[in-house]
Amino acid sequence: MTTRRQLVSGSAILAASAGASGIIGHPSFAATGELSPPGLPKGARDSAVLDALPGKKPLIKRLYRAPNYETPISVFNEAYTPNDQFFVRWHLSNIPEVDPAEWRLTIGGEGATAPLELSLAQLASDFEQVEVTAVCQCAGNRRGLSDPNVMGIQWGNGAMGNARWSGVRLKDILAKAGLGSNVIEIAFNGGETGAVEETPDYVKSIPAWKALDENTIIATRMNGEALPHWNGFPARVIVPGWVATFWIKQITDIRALTRPQGGYWMEKAYRVPLNTYAAADRFPTQQNDKNTPITEMVVNSLITNVHDGETVAVGKPLNIRGIAWDGGYGIIEVDVSTDGGQSWRPAQLGEDLGRFAWRQWSFQFTPAAAGRYAIMARATNTLGESQVSKLIFSPSGYHNNVIQTVAVEAA
Amino acid sequence: MMNSCFNSLLAIILLVASLEVARADESDFYLKQTPGVEIVEGNCAACHSLDMIQMNYPVQDAKGWAETVGKMVRVMGAPISENDQKLIIAYLAANYSK
Repeated sequence: MTTRRQLVSGSAILAASAGASGIIGHPSFAATGELSPPGLPKGARDSAVLDALPGKKPLIKRLYRAPNYETPISVFNEAYTPNDQFFVRWHLSNIPEVDPAEWRLTIGGEGATAPLELSLAQLASDFEQVEVTAVCQCAGNRRGLSDPNVMGIQWGNGAMGNARWSGVRLKDILAKAGLGSNVIEIAFNGGETGAVEETPDYVKSIPAWKALDENTIIATRMNGEALPHWNGFPARVIVPGWVATFWIKQITDIRALTRPQGGYWMEKAYRVPLNTYAAADRFPTQQNDKNTPITEMVVNSLITNVHDGETVAVGKPLNIRGIAWDGGYGIIEVDVSTDGGQSWRPAQLGEDLGRFAWRQWSFQFTPAAAGRYAIMARATNTLGESQVSKLIFSPSGYHNNVIQTVAVEAA
Repeated sequence: MMNSCFNSLLAIILLVASLEVARADESDFYLKQTPGVEIVEGNCAACHSLDMIQMNYPVQDAKGWAETVGKMVRVMGAPISENDQKLIIAYLAANYSK
């Protein structure tokens, strides 16, 4: 049976909720602009719809083809993002349906003296099985909030999720391939291809040291289940701490390189200006005199249960909840302001699910009088890095960790 | 000539694609129906759905759209004739520029 999608246009849903004024105080995304937060280009707001891909619950459609679908913020109230609500992001339009019995992973390249091929069964039986909880965030998450707006998928806040990824360590696989000491990068290729042959294949590499990190894995399972098709079935690369551009889905080829990986997706795309962001991890073999590959996620946070424009009750305790994450150094503090940033108090941190996971937090707030309250959250990591109050602009809309403001009306 | 060949091929590709999966239906989406739209639909939809254009309104000016179309041809390998490129840029400049 075909699952029919739920189609509700952004403007229609907002118009409907505006008509029924009683809904405004209800924390559903219908009333709050969660479908498309303020700041997104008008066309992005108008073309966003709630739409369910096969096997998925309704997500926020940004682009039909290649499929790019965003997770609604309310889903982030859960510690782990459910597989059927996890965001979907593909670059190229041909996404094969993979037969797990036929699937093979080849490991080779000029830096490997003992190339090999593995089946899914061999991955499961020949290697130690490990698990890592990690945030998977698209490099372009929040691009739509860039000021000025820049071309690309106009993501709001939801091109991310937190999951338990399980599979085998990449270093254990590479150990069987006989890596030479001259290997500088490990490159990945997956199933997706362009509609025309001339479209550059989506091939990405990471530094050898990051590939050999014990946390970098080839995952076959997500939150205890097989990876969904849309999230890379049957196996994908997990690079904890680093943005998702490197987390190649439907992985089929791993190559050990003695020279830098070329091609559009490494040389031109997914780059940030030099000496602009705090990230400590560098990728020197891919750096030029102007820019460098985006690597780690910057420290960031998100308020997940209170939405801009919501009405709250005077004198009634409001439990503000959210998440905070970084590139794997660990969140040590989240501070919350309810007066537009004039004063800050620490939030209560939730359970530590691992340094690559996001950290849930909560903050009790009782509006004492009627009026407008600007709620803000600011995360700090173990390196002492914190979020910025003004956007550090990147031409591709990356690394937006501006402190979020959610304005509520107490009445 | 080449263009009509390409469009026929495109029609076949799109037909096959529509038969293959019960995926979200991009055919619900329409660009502004003004002169040149069929050239845009006939070329751009070979590689991506057309909501890509509206999503990026009003992000860039006519010059920006010319760069985008140039990138699609030179970097992404889109087989778009020079004449169609001009018509596409004119359409985007008139309908989806800032």
